[in-house]
Order: sequence, then C-alpha cells, then structure tokens
Amino acid sequence: MSWSTSTIIIALMVILSSFLTRAIPFVVFSKKHEHPYIEYLGNVLPFASIGLLIIDCMKHTNILITPYGTPELFAILTIVALHFWKNNSLLSIVGGTSIYMICVQYIF
Amino acid sequence: MEFQTHVETLKESFPYTIPVFTGFVFLGIAYGVLMQSKGFDIFFITLFSLLAYAGSAQFIVIGLFALNVDFIYVFILTFIVNARHIFYGISMLKKFKDTGKLKYYLIFAMSDESFSIIHTAKIKKDINEKLFMFYITFLNHIYWIVGSLLGAVLGTLITFNTEGLEFVLTALFIVILLDAWKDKINRKPAIIGIFCSVLCLTIFGVQNYMIIAMILIVIILTIFKKNILKEKGIY
Repeated sequence: MSWSTSTIIIALMVILSSFLTRAIPFVVFSKKHEHPYIEYLGNVLPFASIGLLIIDCMKHTNILITPYGTPELFAILTIVALHFWKNNSLLSIVGGTSIYMICVQYIF
Repeated sequence: MEFQTHVETLKESFPYTIPVFTGFVFLGIAYGVLMQSKGFDIFFITLFSLLAYAGSAQFIVIGLFALNVDFIYVFILTFIVNARHIFYGISMLKKFKDTGKLKYYLIFAMSDESFSIIHTAKIKKDINEKLFMFYITFLNHIYWIVGSLLGAVLGTLITFNTEGLEFVLTALFIVILLDAWKDKINRKPAIIGIFCSVLCLTIFGVQNYMIIAMILIVIILTIFKKNILKEKGIY
C-alpha cells in the first residue's frame, strides 16, 4: 500500500505541517528578532522547552500504579549523582540509561 | 571553506551527538520495522523519514495510513504534535540570522535534540559556529534516516532486548538541563517549563496537554518577565 494516492497525501500532510512548525517563527518574526519581548522569549524559552521535553519523554509514566515511576526516579538520581561527581555528559547519559534498562528489564 | 575546517568542526560536533546516535538509530529501527510490517517499502520509509524528520508525528500517523482519515485531521494532529518547534524557532532567530544558505537547511531539519545541543553547547573559540550548527543538525538527521532504513531492511532480525533504551534521549535532555542549571539565570524558566508541563499533563492528559502547556509557559514567562530579567542583571 506504499504508494497509493491517500498514503502519499497523508505523508505530504505530515511533511508540510512539520515544516511549517519549523518555518513559521522565521517568517513571522524575521524582522522582529530585536524586539525586546521576542528577544526575551528567545532567551528564556529554551530552558522552559527542555523542561517540557523532559516531562514529555516521561508522559507515559504513571506514578499511581506499580512500579510508581521507580525506574525513572533511579535513573534520574543516577544521572544527577554522576553528573555532579564526574561532570562527563556521556558518562551520565550511559549510566542513567543503563540503570533504567536494568530496572525495566530485570527488576520491575 | 577549507576541507580542514570541515574536518575539525566535524570532530568537535560528533561527540555531542553520540547520545542522539544511540537514541535515533534505535528509535529509527523501531520505526522502520513497524512501517515495514504495515506494508511500506524501503524507499517510502527512508524518504518519509528524510522529508518529515518528525519522530513522534511519524509514529502517530502509522495507524492512520490504513484508515480513511480526513487529510486535514492528519495535518492538524501532526501540527499540534510538532508545535514545540515554534519555540525553538523563536529561540534560534538570532543564532541563525547570519548563516546564509545554511539557514534553510537548519530550519528544515530542526529537532528537539539538535536544538538542545546547539543552544547549550559551549564550543571552542576557533570553531566556526555556523558550521558547528550545521554538523550537529546534519548528523542527527542522518542518524534518524539511517535508523529507519536499517529497520526497514533488517525488519525483525533484531532480537537483542532493547527495552528501555529509548531512555537515552530523556537522559540527554536531563544532562542538558543540569548543565544549564549551573547558570542561575536559566533556573526559573526551566522550573516554569517543568511546572506547567506537569500541571497540564495531570489536568488534560497525555493526548491534549502540550499546546495548553506551551501557552501557559508563555503566559507565566510573560508575567514574571521583570522578575526573571532582574536575575540576569543586564536590564
């Protein structure tokens, strides 16, 4: 069913909407990037966005049912501890992900 | 630009993208396998990953290809899923301003991961920033395409237990947040982002929370503008 008209149109819709979300700010604000309010948003949105992304990554974690988000908690604690100890990004990421995999595969 | 400059920038960029490599190749394979099982050919899968390059939206529409859905519905749904890119664009207006022709590609191939890395990486002074942004974006894009292609080709041959490997991208974002945390000025926006997301997720649920959370984030950031700028000490 790869190349039927309807799959192609659906694929084009996804491509177009994804592209628009990326391009809109550059079209709308192309000459306004020095406007203080837009500049302010440009400065603070990144960190708010990363907060949003972290929550979005874990949106399917339900802390009300077993395992109550324990794998996520252990993994995050590992990342924080490793990062403050060694300050090596890759080590923190590998450590946290390993703990998470061990938790979901063998413990919970 | 000289060949040597490219090699050096590539060397500087690659380590930043290693976690993304792991996450995208893994998720890309998962995507390719799924799409292949629904009857899509390798060419379609690879081309779609190259042009859409929108992980979550691509996963969501897998189920919609088979149904006779309204095209406008697909457009709106994927627009909402990807709406967070609007935030990235606003944050990148200045950085992309003088990137010339590269700008079109940088905008087209923006992703959560490339954005987070570009915005927070502290690159060496002698590295060309434009080229650095290009290579981060390009490498991540390639990982997703190659992952999808591998999944489409290998199909179900992969049997290694990868449950939980997707956490590598969550871990990347957490590390980026921890690095940003060292600068006091970033803390309030980060807390506002987390707080609004958790609040909206609890109230509106997984399907509907993101756009509302984004609006709430902008409102709260606007209300606390003076307070946050005072922290920066430059206004």
